[in-house]
Amino acid sequence: MSTVVVAAEEIVAPPEKASRLTRERVRSAWLFMAPMLVVLALVAGWPLARTMWFGFTDANLSDLAAAEFIGFVNYVYLLQDPDWWNAVWNTVVFATISVSIETVLGMAIALALNAHFGGRGLLRAAVLIPWAIPTVVSAQMWGWMFHDVFGVINEGLKVLGLIDEPIAWTASPDTALIAVILVDVWKTTPFMALLLLAGLQMLPQECYESARVDGVHPVRVFFKITLPLLKPALMVAIIFRVLDAFRIFDLIYVMSGNNKDTMSMSIYARQQLVDFQDVGYGSAAATMLFLIIALFTVVYLTLGRIGRED
Amino acid sequence: MSRTTKKLIGRGAFYLFLVVIVFYTVFPFYWAIVSSLKTGSELFKVEFWPSDPAWDNYVAVFREQPFGRNILNSVFVAVSTVLLSLSLAVAAAYALGRIQFRGRTTLLFVVLGVSMFPQIAVLSGMFELIRAMGLYNNLFALTLSYMIFTLPFTVWVLTTFMRELPKELEEAAIVDGAKPYTIVTKVFMPLMGPALATTGLLAFIAAWNEFLFALTFTLSSEMRTVPVAIALISGASSYELPWGNIMAASVIVTVPLIVLVLIFQRAIVSGLTAGAVKG
Repeated sequence: MSTVVVAAEEIVAPPEKASRLTRERVRSAWLFMAPMLVVLALVAGWPLARTMWFGFTDANLSDLAAAEFIGFVNYVYLLQDPDWWNAVWNTVVFATISVSIETVLGMAIALALNAHFGGRGLLRAAVLIPWAIPTVVSAQMWGWMFHDVFGVINEGLKVLGLIDEPIAWTASPDTALIAVILVDVWKTTPFMALLLLAGLQMLPQECYESARVDGVHPVRVFFKITLPLLKPALMVAIIFRVLDAFRIFDLIYVMSGNNKDTMSMSIYARQQLVDFQDVGYGSAAATMLFLIIALFTVVYLTLGRIGRED
Repeated sequence: MSRTTKKLIGRGAFYLFLVVIVFYTVFPFYWAIVSSLKTGSELFKVEFWPSDPAWDNYVAVFREQPFGRNILNSVFVAVSTVLLSLSLAVAAAYALGRIQFRGRTTLLFVVLGVSMFPQIAVLSGMFELIRAMGLYNNLFALTLSYMIFTLPFTVWVLTTFMRELPKELEEAAIVDGAKPYTIVTKVFMPLMGPALATTGLLAFIAAWNEFLFALTFTLSSEMRTVPVAIALISGASSYELPWGNIMAASVIVTVPLIVLVLIFQRAIVSGLTAGAVKG
């Protein structure tokens, strides 16, 4: 009887010394995290709050101190601005098409990298190259390849007999977004491929062994075994990429500047903020973009936590 | 069709696919090199190797803008970013990875959430802050502002790594009366070489690559970093871009990066996937 009571006491009330140690450790934990948290609050928390505040004012870049509170005026105007909705549409189209292509292509490359063959290292090295090249440089390299007069792509298409007249890739409204999507696919597929490869390498090998023994066709193996097992990793990769694609700025700005046909939400906000000096309105647009992404992120994290019970 | 033939065709298609992939990934870079070696009107001909290769464009890049200075700026910003992020992140990772406390998971997700901020959403606030701190047109403005995207993944990856370290070492140190600071520096740091190198490398590449903040927080061409310099290379008139120069600058910047990435392939791949798959 007494042994049970003593044991229960030990479980319920740990000895004084351990409790003090725990408290000390928790205190030092916060101490250790403090510098990082302070910096993060300074570069992320404060500026975000400031931007949200500016969204409710008529601030102008030339004199930020003279900003006056004007309530939701900026937002009302924003939601009625066809240029804003054009930017939203461009961003959605860009994100959807880019991520779809990157997923399919990335999956194919991941499967190839997962197979055992000579020259696998060469493939992996080649695939990392687009990822290693700075976005600005990729934009310039492809901008040159897409050049309407001297570009090698138009030349190649002409030689193949697919076109008669050179296409003005980045200038023509029909092709501008396509050009940007193609470059983003080139740049980001390696990342997708690597994420999916990591997922593939963690799959249990027994299913594949038995499938091979049973003589199942590789395509069926992919759709019936690989794909369902890979779904969690696939979802993570896709959602991560979509969130990233919504924020796109660098690539589009360097390839086609403030061109309306390719303007993403980030570019729209920046144009208002820096070029038009309308800090109030630009901040409202930026806040809107943030809220859209935050909504998706919260959904993504919540689903992730539900699926993982840690 | 016999099974061997089917197998051969399958193999052939596979290798064809590989060739296409390698061509697709490498061609733009190859084309940039070729274009950078062409001078004058050669640029306007589509040839797969210049008939008269010359280094003119490379010389012009350094002559027409302070490109050497731009490269040094980028190196300075990238190195300082890595040093700052790693020091902040290692300390935080110890707390988040080894010590149980209330709110730990929430905090981790908040830090991860910051990595989803669109840069434009913090731009006006950051701009005001940078100006208030007197850091406008100063490279430290970049080092500081880059923390917004380096801290989340360095903290996350290092925390994941810290969690895996053996508990016995830490317990032995605690029994010996070691303070947390000693535990981190004397017990764990020596074990974290690979993780620090990997996250450091990723942070370096991210900082090197960054464009929007570098564009907005610098004014003079001497203070620009490489991405901004390459984006803003201009010619005699606003309609005449010196493509030869632009390609030369691109090659100059890319070759060391590619060499770095090829050498550290495995580290990079494991670093990129560590956070995503485990986290």
